[in-house]
Amino acid sequence: MTDVSVVAERGKVSQPKSILAIDARTRRRHAAEARFRLMGKIAVAISILALVGLLASILTNGLTSFRQTYVTLDIYLDPAKLDKQGNRDPEAIAKITTFAYAPLIQKALTDAMAAKGIAVEGVNAKRAVELISKEAPATLRQYVISDPAVIGETISFDLLASGRIDGYYKGRVTKESAQLDRNISPEQLLLADELKQAGLLATRFNWDFFTAPDASDTRPEAAGLGVAVLGSAYMMLIVLVLSLPLGVAASIYLEEFAPQNRFTDLIEVNIANLAAVPSIVFGILGLAVFINFAGLPQSAPVVGGLVLTLMTLPTIIIATRAALKAVPRSIRDAALGVGASKMQSVFHHVLPLAMPGILTGTIIGLAHALGETAPLLLIGMVAFVRDYPAGPPEGFFDPASALPVQVYSWTQRGDPAFVERASGAIIVLLVFLVAMNLTAIILRRRFERRW
Amino acid sequence: MNNMSATITTTISTKAPAMNQPKISARGVQVHYGDKHALKDVSIEIHPRSVTAFIGPSGCGKSTFLRCLNRMNDTIDICRVAGHIAIDGEDIYDPKVDPVQLRAKVGMVFQKPNPFPKTIYENVAYGPRIHGLAAKKADLDDIVASALQRAGLWNEVKDRLHAPGTGLSGGQQQRLCIARAVAVSPEVILMDEPCSALDPIATAKVEELIHELRENFTIVIVTHSMQQAARVSQRTAMFHLGNLVEVDDTDKIFTNPDDQRTQDYIMGRFG
Amino acid sequence: MSVGIIILVLLVLSALGYFLGRRRALALAVESGRRLHSLPGYYGQTVALFIAVPAFLLLIAWLFIQPAIVGARVNGMIPDSVIPAGGARSLVISDVRRIADGLDAVLARNVLDEAALTDGRIDFSTVRDRLAGVGIALGNDVPNEVFEAAKVYRQGDKIGTIAMTIAVLALSAGFGAWSFTRIRPDMRARNISESFIKSLLIGSSTVAILTTIGIVASLVFESITFFRMYPASEFFFSTVWNPQFRGGSELGILPLLWGTLYISLVALLLAVPIGLLIAIYLSEYAGKSVRSFAKPAIEVLAGIPSIVYGLFALITVGPFLRDWFAQPLGLGNSSSSVLTAGIVMGIMIIPFVSSLSDDIINAVPQALRDGSYGLGATQSETIKQVILPAALPGIVGAILLAASRAIGETMIVVLGAGAAAKLDLNPFEAMTTVTVKIVSQLTGDTEFASPETLVAFALGLTLFVFTLGLNVLALYIVRKYREQYE
Repeated sequence: MTDVSVVAERGKVSQPKSILAIDARTRRRHAAEARFRLMGKIAVAISILALVGLLASILTNGLTSFRQTYVTLDIYLDPAKLDKQGNRDPEAIAKITTFAYAPLIQKALTDAMAAKGIAVEGVNAKRAVELISKEAPATLRQYVISDPAVIGETISFDLLASGRIDGYYKGRVTKESAQLDRNISPEQLLLADELKQAGLLATRFNWDFFTAPDASDTRPEAAGLGVAVLGSAYMMLIVLVLSLPLGVAASIYLEEFAPQNRFTDLIEVNIANLAAVPSIVFGILGLAVFINFAGLPQSAPVVGGLVLTLMTLPTIIIATRAALKAVPRSIRDAALGVGASKMQSVFHHVLPLAMPGILTGTIIGLAHALGETAPLLLIGMVAFVRDYPAGPPEGFFDPASALPVQVYSWTQRGDPAFVERASGAIIVLLVFLVAMNLTAIILRRRFERRW
Repeated sequence: MNNMSATITTTISTKAPAMNQPKISARGVQVHYGDKHALKDVSIEIHPRSVTAFIGPSGCGKSTFLRCLNRMNDTIDICRVAGHIAIDGEDIYDPKVDPVQLRAKVGMVFQKPNPFPKTIYENVAYGPRIHGLAAKKADLDDIVASALQRAGLWNEVKDRLHAPGTGLSGGQQQRLCIARAVAVSPEVILMDEPCSALDPIATAKVEELIHELRENFTIVIVTHSMQQAARVSQRTAMFHLGNLVEVDDTDKIFTNPDDQRTQDYIMGRFG
Repeated sequence: MSVGIIILVLLVLSALGYFLGRRRALALAVESGRRLHSLPGYYGQTVALFIAVPAFLLLIAWLFIQPAIVGARVNGMIPDSVIPAGGARSLVISDVRRIADGLDAVLARNVLDEAALTDGRIDFSTVRDRLAGVGIALGNDVPNEVFEAAKVYRQGDKIGTIAMTIAVLALSAGFGAWSFTRIRPDMRARNISESFIKSLLIGSSTVAILTTIGIVASLVFESITFFRMYPASEFFFSTVWNPQFRGGSELGILPLLWGTLYISLVALLLAVPIGLLIAIYLSEYAGKSVRSFAKPAIEVLAGIPSIVYGLFALITVGPFLRDWFAQPLGLGNSSSSVLTAGIVMGIMIIPFVSSLSDDIINAVPQALRDGSYGLGATQSETIKQVILPAALPGIVGAILLAASRAIGETMIVVLGAGAAAKLDLNPFEAMTTVTVKIVSQLTGDTEFASPETLVAFALGLTLFVFTLGLNVLALYIVRKYREQYE
């Protein structure tokens, strides 16, 4: 490092090089460059492939849940079985259980098969009726209870086919797999084919999937999202009503009024950290504070809504503060300059200008809350709920489920048909999320202002 | 075909350029930034082993032209360059030219000192390392020491070569950046307002350094300060609204310019 | 009066207060011939705020405190003897609540009147049938003590609600009248209402602090209860996790921590290089068209809820890994495994890492890039030798944030990792995590006084401390990093 002049000489000797000829070293460096660039491309490709794989997996598994197989039968609502006194007394009819309805279906099926001349060896009337969901008698009973006057008439019903038959037409059940299945035999599948040919059995759009309540373990074909959709909607309503004003108020204070002191720092640190607290911890908070301490009911949308509000609040505050910050000083100065108070300048000028940004942040926060599952498991929303919650506000305190939790509870069921249901529920959830995010994007595009 | 051109270029480059032959010659250079026509038909010759100053009001295109000389404009997506620029007779916008190799030959020092967040040693060693100029650690040490000496920084930093470069003062940082450029042994050094962020004392040191570097390098400097141009340069080019107004010996430009605009600018009528 | 109606009444009252206050201000101004200090609307606003806000706050506080008080009283009435063997006190208490609600329903249907409760027409021997009549099914016959407790609960609830209605309305009326009579033309109504609103703003911003206090308090109190029943040293240092519902559980956190860290490590090993490369590629290389397509696609990944990833792990990734790798290699035959959960979690945090790194790489000043290009460095040399070292602290911060997210993630591990707590190295084995066990110990019918349930709070506390530590550290590093380039 001492003899500098020598080095300087040597440096000069190696020059000049032509820039038109690329030397070997530069070639190697360019090869390294190309490799690096390729790695970047591969990384992007991997993530996009993962997205495609994820969506493809959910779509292929779930799209079939929007279609369902039904058996159409003309059922004679026999007064001798349903109304023994013959006086159409609603109380008495309500006491008749589904056991009275099952034979009516069986008879209707047997008659229909006889009329069309359908018979499959090895499938007697008792086994034939297994093609129809166990939910069917309950559906029939509900229909009769809601209108006892129909007793004695013959009415055409679309009854749910059993989960295995439905699976047969969706490719989940085959004649080979039926061989090993206690719940279905290949002969029954043969019978289903015959019924289909005769026009008694058809697969079509399944509106009930969106409106029906959950169903028990053995009746996947009847399970629907009704209660979950309602529960999620209630929770989103609560989150919106609570977190938007609270979040905006907190942001206005922190962004416009808060002095630089310890207390403000404390709040800031709190918000930053809450945004990164694992969601399940909010579930523990909900369980301990809202349910155990305050005595709010388990599984209720009100508790879910409160927990999700606390969870969403940091997101909304961060977005709102960014939106407020984007409004230039000059607007505030202009308002203050004509004698408005600080509060007036904020509420009359800054807030309206920041509103698109705030709403965008809120919608994204809501979308996040809509997909959140873990905290809701802890506050009991995973319970099996078949009754629709009442209308708001009482309904906020009724047990309900939520879309993502419904997905989870369906994954815990034994029957493989629930995998289809869970994937279908995810599609519904994703559609909601896409709609919300699109709204946010459109809002941002239309109203975004750049200063 | 490749071989042939290689031999031809070798014969050209082995022929040492005569003192009177221009180091850089530009003909009809046009630059567009998107829709903006930033440089209009600039033609200039830059002499070897001398300092050429580009002067002119803000936005006149002098920095843009400077960045064309080592193809730094390539890094800006919307920038398009047309025309012909040659260094030692070789067209630097020829498709065969690799900007990476070109920039090893044509170094650059920027407006704001921008040392890498590394040690002083690593800052200077960065260029020689990527270009493979040192085979051994000892060679690298020598190159670093020599570059720092040439940049007049050696005595100030020799005891703390492994301290971070960002810890130096502004003037020292700029001289470190010059050392970093010198370490690659370029033939041309482009300086884009190298003193605009420095105080007068640091500026004086850098100017002194430019003066010394002239012996070994061709230097092109963009400056806002006419005094600086007068102090450090042998030739001066005046730019205005994307045009090259005139280029001549510095003495002549400052005493007897041909163009009225140059006259007005030098007298401080606009700028 | 139900809460909904009280709220409605308060809103109507405050609207009324607004108009009356405004009118009075105007009238006084005309009468005294003096100018109002503020716009008349502010006088109305002052009255309205005084009517609504204190009453609302009281209402909220009451709603929280009343059940706690009544609950404590009822709790005292239930002797241990009526708690069924193996059952929980909390279940009996919830029965009490249900019976109380049921009695309301029975009375509401006009089957019986209020007096029936006291004159013995409903007693504990018939209550089960009566309740079944209104759709409330009870598991077994109701012991007398429980029935009595239910009556007390109902009574307490009723009295409480009446008291609350009176107190809330009185407070609202009192503050309203007071602020109404205070109206003078020279009263600084705008300043008063603005200070009032400002204190509301301050109040809203303290919700963040209250939430943190709530989290810490609920975790700490229940954890203390847990550590009274179960030695802390066992919890933190035992390598066996084996909860038993009949007692004698072994509740060592180590296997859970191991599973958590192992899965997070797999996730980070996948997500950090890919996320970083994506950030580099998109910010330094990609053309406009690629960016405009790839960036939103990766953001979509970030917007997908974790339950979706969980299902993906359960139905696609898990079986795939089992059928193509684990079984052929003889490494196991479980579809839920460390690798399943880790890979899917890695996919989930790729966009998290890439967007954080993107911000951080963009914070590196352009001048450094120029300096490097000016020396003749290629783009990848500039990135690897200048930009990444300059961005390193920020990237470390981003990785820590990603790690904290991986550790706290629940649904993917619930559906993808399995439930078996073990200390194993084989990534094809099912393992379990802290979050999985929090879910499994706190869902279903659980008794709140047993260590098997309370351990979830100790697990939650550990998780909270872990992630909080990572977050604080990461935020600190990132902030220091940003200051460096500002």
